[in-house]
Amino acid sequence: MIEIEAVSHRIGQVTILDHVGTRLPRGAMTALIGPNGAGKSTLLNLVARLLPLQEGRIAVEGLDVTRTPSRALALRMAVLGQDTAIGSRLRVRELVGFGRWPHHQGRPDPADAAAVLAALDAFGLTPLGARFLDELSGGQRQRAFVAMTFAQATDWLLLDEPLNNLDMAHARALMARLHSLVREEGKSVVLVVHEVNYAAAWADHIVALRDGRIVAEGPPAEVLTPAILCDIYGMEMAVTEHAGRPLVLHHI
Amino acid sequence: MATVLFQTVAANRILTPSIMGFDALYVLMQTALVAGLGITGFALLPAGPKFLIEVTALVAASLMLFGTLLGRGGQDIVRTILTGVIFGILFRSLAGFLARLLDPNEYAVVQQASFASFSRVNAELLPWAAGLAGIGIAGAIRLAPRLDVLALGRRISVPLGLAHERMALLTLGLVAVLVSASTALVGPVGFFGLIVAGLAHGLTRDPRHAVLLPAAAMIAGVLLVGGQTLFERLLGLQSTLSVVVEFAGGMFFLWLLLKGRIR
Ligand SMILES: Nc1ncnc2c1ncn2[C@@H]1O[C@H](COP(=O)(O)OP(=O)(O)OP(=O)(O)O)[C@@H](O)[C@H]1O
Ligand SMILES: [Mg+2]
Repeated sequence: MIEIEAVSHRIGQVTILDHVGTRLPRGAMTALIGPNGAGKSTLLNLVARLLPLQEGRIAVEGLDVTRTPSRALALRMAVLGQDTAIGSRLRVRELVGFGRWPHHQGRPDPADAAAVLAALDAFGLTPLGARFLDELSGGQRQRAFVAMTFAQATDWLLLDEPLNNLDMAHARALMARLHSLVREEGKSVVLVVHEVNYAAAWADHIVALRDGRIVAEGPPAEVLTPAILCDIYGMEMAVTEHAGRPLVLHHI
Repeated sequence: MATVLFQTVAANRILTPSIMGFDALYVLMQTALVAGLGITGFALLPAGPKFLIEVTALVAASLMLFGTLLGRGGQDIVRTILTGVIFGILFRSLAGFLARLLDPNEYAVVQQASFASFSRVNAELLPWAAGLAGIGIAGAIRLAPRLDVLALGRRISVPLGLAHERMALLTLGLVAVLVSASTALVGPVGFFGLIVAGLAHGLTRDPRHAVLLPAAAMIAGVLLVGGQTLFERLLGLQSTLSVVVEFAGGMFFLWLLLKGRIR
């Protein structure tokens, strides 16, 4: 479980997050939704210790993120940020290889190499392994970064808009894989998505943010109602049902 | 080698300690010394202690300089470069101002001290400089795997469990020691670091520091020793090697850049 208690974040005079408190369940897929600028990435970055926590408390499996050694957290939680700009010029397999860093600290063994190969394979990246990242398409690049977090093999996965740049087939494949990680391997996934229908179809739990506050949370059927959606996004939309889950008609 | 490390911390291939105002700082120090002590005082300074004091002062000053530059605003490259350039100009104009107060003879001494020279190296200082450089290089190679992670940038290295801030500071410390030792020995060499780092990246095409760092050290050695030999033995010239090294290296660097081998 990730516990978030009374977390506020300010930049200058502007309040980005205002007393956010929630619990992200273990062994489930949680989707963070909300309009641009709602504070989703900020919240995720606070959990990922990428931003200094100003107010409140965040604990991952009982480990306080401000006090726990970084490596101990890296063995429990992998993070993919929204912006994946990178300093070095790397080949795909080298990037994915860095996912094993928390385990081997610079001395990879055969098990690490095997994990990297498996992650490459899982995302259809094996043929691209020797290519440089700046020689890939946006979607291939995105998949390489997701593969890196997979290689980290942690109980928790935090992904900020992992569907960015992915085509329909790869987007669905990624969601299905995340779903099976949760169902079959008991992992916990937190992801930010903009297309609410992915949250509707795959997530177990939804947390909706707007203007730095949580405006709704719960299972998809409870959160994805016309009234709540209108409150979050400020526009009317119809919601139907498909295979027992909500289907939001936001595009028409 | 220092430049490779520096670029790793900065997660940027264009920055060098010299662009960030380091050379200007050295010139300012030399000018201040001459202004404070006069020519005779400056010339009488015992070489060993002067070298040690220079290194210490440069290390301290550059840690402060690089630390503030990269500490908080590290993600914002444009602002970082701008601040560095402004610091450089500040140091340069301070040095220029001090130089105006000097008489022409004193000014000539400063001039001489502010250009890199590989032939005027004081032999007494070599063991000291070599020792310092040795410590710096050994430290850097020991840290090589962690430098690889550092080079990914904070957003990726922190989730991987690297103590990013501590590592960045440690690396800057190494940069300061390496740059200071060589600058205090031969004077500022400016563009040279950029050439060597560019060549090291371009020729090895390997992001691992365990490969990059020795390659950079070797390239630097070959360029300097080769250039010097060519110059003195074959051409019998007495010109300043650093000028030519920078020119030839710069051309090679440009060529690599245009061919797209360095990114
Ligand atoms: N470095 C910063 N300085 C000032 N304001 C910032 C900074 N980073 C984020 N903000 C502001 O904080 C608010 C929340 O940003 P955040 O990135 O968390 O939004 P988000 O919900 O992830 O949006 P998106 O869906 O566009 O990714 C925004 O209003 C943004 O403008
Ligand atoms: Mg965001």
